[in-house]
Amino acid sequence: MKPVIEVHNMVKKFGDFVANDNLTFSVNQGEIFGFLGANGAGKTTAMKILCGLSKPSSGVIKVAGFDVYKQTEQIKRNIGYMSQRFSLYNDLTVRENFRFYGGIYGLSGRQIKDQTDKLLSRLGIIQSADKVLRDIPLGWKQKLAFSVAVMHKPTIVFLDEPTGGVDPVTRRQFWELIYESANEGITVFVTTHYMDEAEYCERVSIMVDGRIEALDSPDQLKKTYKSASMNEVFLKLARAPKVVI
Amino acid sequence: MKGFIFKEFLHIFRDRRTMLILFGMPIVQVLLFGFAITNEINNARIAVLDEAKDEMSRVITDKMTSSGYFELATVLQSRDEIESAFKKGQVKMVVVFEPDFSSRFVKEGQAAVQLIADASDPNTAGLLTNYASAIIRDFAMNLQDQQKPPIQLRTETTMLYNPELKGVFMFVPGTITILLMLISAMMTSISIAREKELGTMEVLLVSPLKPWQIISGKVVPYIMLSFINALVILILSYTVFGMPMRGSLILLLLESILFIVMALSMGIFISTVSKTQQQAMLLSMFVLMLPTILLSGFIFPIANMPLPLQWLSHIMPSKWFIIIIKQIMLKGLGIAYFWKETLILAGMTLLFVGMSVKKFNIRLA
Amino acid sequence: MHEIAVDIKNIRKSYSGTRVLNNISLQIFQGELFGFIGPDGAGKTSLFHILTSLLLPDNGSAVVAGYDTVKDYAQIRRIVGYMPGKFSLYQDLTVEENLKFFAGIFKTTIHENYALYKDIYGQIEPFRKRKAGQLSGGMKQKLALSCALVHKPQLLFLDEPTTGVDAVSRTEFWEMLKKLRDQGITIIVSTPYMDEAALCDRVALMDRGQLMAVDAPANIIRAFGQPLFAVKSDKMFPLPQALAVIEQTKTVYRSGEFVHYLNNQADFDPARIEDQLLKLGHAGITIRRIEPTIEDCFMLLMQNPLEVETN
Repeated sequence: MKPVIEVHNMVKKFGDFVANDNLTFSVNQGEIFGFLGANGAGKTTAMKILCGLSKPSSGVIKVAGFDVYKQTEQIKRNIGYMSQRFSLYNDLTVRENFRFYGGIYGLSGRQIKDQTDKLLSRLGIIQSADKVLRDIPLGWKQKLAFSVAVMHKPTIVFLDEPTGGVDPVTRRQFWELIYESANEGITVFVTTHYMDEAEYCERVSIMVDGRIEALDSPDQLKKTYKSASMNEVFLKLARAPKVVI
Repeated sequence: MKGFIFKEFLHIFRDRRTMLILFGMPIVQVLLFGFAITNEINNARIAVLDEAKDEMSRVITDKMTSSGYFELATVLQSRDEIESAFKKGQVKMVVVFEPDFSSRFVKEGQAAVQLIADASDPNTAGLLTNYASAIIRDFAMNLQDQQKPPIQLRTETTMLYNPELKGVFMFVPGTITILLMLISAMMTSISIAREKELGTMEVLLVSPLKPWQIISGKVVPYIMLSFINALVILILSYTVFGMPMRGSLILLLLESILFIVMALSMGIFISTVSKTQQQAMLLSMFVLMLPTILLSGFIFPIANMPLPLQWLSHIMPSKWFIIIIKQIMLKGLGIAYFWKETLILAGMTLLFVGMSVKKFNIRLA
Repeated sequence: MHEIAVDIKNIRKSYSGTRVLNNISLQIFQGELFGFIGPDGAGKTSLFHILTSLLLPDNGSAVVAGYDTVKDYAQIRRIVGYMPGKFSLYQDLTVEENLKFFAGIFKTTIHENYALYKDIYGQIEPFRKRKAGQLSGGMKQKLALSCALVHKPQLLFLDEPTTGVDAVSRTEFWEMLKKLRDQGITIIVSTPYMDEAALCDRVALMDRGQLMAVDAPANIIRAFGQPLFAVKSDKMFPLPQALAVIEQTKTVYRSGEFVHYLNNQADFDPARIEDQLLKLGHAGITIRRIEPTIEDCFMLLMQNPLEVETN
């Protein structure tokens, strides 16, 4: 298995405060990697560094084979990003949104059209391609946002709480999309507050106070921490953290 | 209520940027306007039309050019050339000696020099003519010592393009008006919009507070701050720039408070129709600031505007306030002379207060 | 004992043609911890706005603690505590200043009802000089709750207090709510997290402006009424597709480490699942009949909205 994210001794400090304390882990190609942690544990900071949006204080980090210090442009071209807040443009049609983001990543007109048709028919809403996004139901928008994020066939797609507030049925449809993309070889790096979703990941890391406290498959984690569910594992690890500000 | 006002002060004092805008800007603005206008004049280019061409006219011309204030750019041959000299922008002022200048001076003891200035830049024009008059007066005084019958050397000043010289002391009334408008209206509208954006407005609404309590909690701190600002501007313009203060200070301050309350109620009205801070800011800019600057007579004399704009300027509160300030500060007049303007401002205040209390929703839109 | 705290009758609300609340009627009893459970777009926030007198319904009426939300809004605003979706605190004020301010607008002091929220505020009290904007998510949540309690409200409305908050803080938050409920405050809370339904005395399941069920969580689970199977194998990715082709399959979906399976036949034999999987080369197969969760119920109700209405 080829690692596509390699992190060695990553440290990120803000003044005296250590947001990421010596993180070391790697993520393999095609893997679904769950990145969990309490609010303020340092997930967002780490994710920003991996996306090339922020520079670490020290450590050796490669994303999609590129260095996060010097090759942020290449990194950005090879990743997709989607968050709960990141939304498509409400006043553009579905197709126009795809065209816009495809254009950003330098896809040709032909590629954009092919990818749009392929992704929309996979979602089964090709008939709504020319509808203004405002008129598309909420759950569908989330799935469209994901499709846009993988349109340029990135090596890795980063998903930051992609299913927040989404109904249980749509949430599952969303995860089927994630599985399909992983099956096609796209690496999925995902954060979530839904602990049942942690079970869908191949491996899960749990951050507490800037450090990775645990990293393993959900089954193994449950065995190690003698817990019936990932929720229990999480509570055992993250409960009563030292007060960190 | 007390807690509300206290909290509002905390918001203002905690935000360095707001503080800077509140107190830094008035000072910078006044100094900027002030110095741009009262700058000493050096080597201003002038033209001379010497229809007399005699000893005395030459001496006066020499005196002027050697003063360091003026530089002789051209000598004109006829009155027809005056206009074109101004239009080409070659000169700021033209000095005209009448044909029989020295003979009239000697025989009749009375002669005239005409100073024609480009008053499209009224402040410079005023200064130039003042300086020139002083030099000529000085010359006449020197002569007077030698000659027995008292002579009069008359200077006749003509202001081209802006005959009434509006704007010489306009900068202080104008700046006070703009700053009070900006601070009062913009800041309140933004602070209310911020509560909406943050979601704290929801909590305030679901509390026993009444709309007028929320509004006055917002308004009181800004009345006080704006008032302090008005004082700062007045002190600055009085001490640094020698702006006269001929009328009653108390009356001026009372009128200022009236104007502040008016501006605040406009700000609140704006905030009731805007949902975000950005919207409030843009609305304040376009609805309040620009018309205040453009239509109040601050920069462009109202008399020179096309008729529809003149009508429009009547509904600009700032226009009335500028009139009031000028009447008090420059002319030293009492309320009897501008009760109408005061009444108009009071009426506008009532209108906006009423409108915003009515518009201020007790529920979410 | 069952005195009615909130009485909602036939409430409808539309925004520019879109119906966000469709004929909602239900009752909430005094001293209850009541949860509105549903995803974004269910209409929870609009309903909270109507109940806290911030919004007028197009149709129907709501009575809160005996006061009509339209006519008697002033009385309602005196007796309810409300915590909107975003923690609405003044970010530039300190923890203490926020609390003092909210005490002030309700004409009370921090001390008057301190006993009520001592447990909650006590946790953030060491940071009382810190600006609210610099608090972590969990601490902001506690401060917002303290501010909503400062005037000892009879009813507490909490709109998605746990959204975006991690599992640990969420668990702590629910423990605090239980304590408050035990002190006699009626608590009405909304959440998109289905697992939190089990922590409420009674819940309303909502989706797209519709009320799908109102009952105690245990009753809702009992009403599920059909055998639910949890299946696991060594090939989790294709597992749902493998099961979907079994005859009379009703639904198949992932749920945590398992795939949940429902069949239309009441006397469905789980051995058929095993046969199917063995045929497709799966190994390490586990099949268990399980008790449904609220999430399973919610999904079933989403599929068959009509069935519920006749129930």
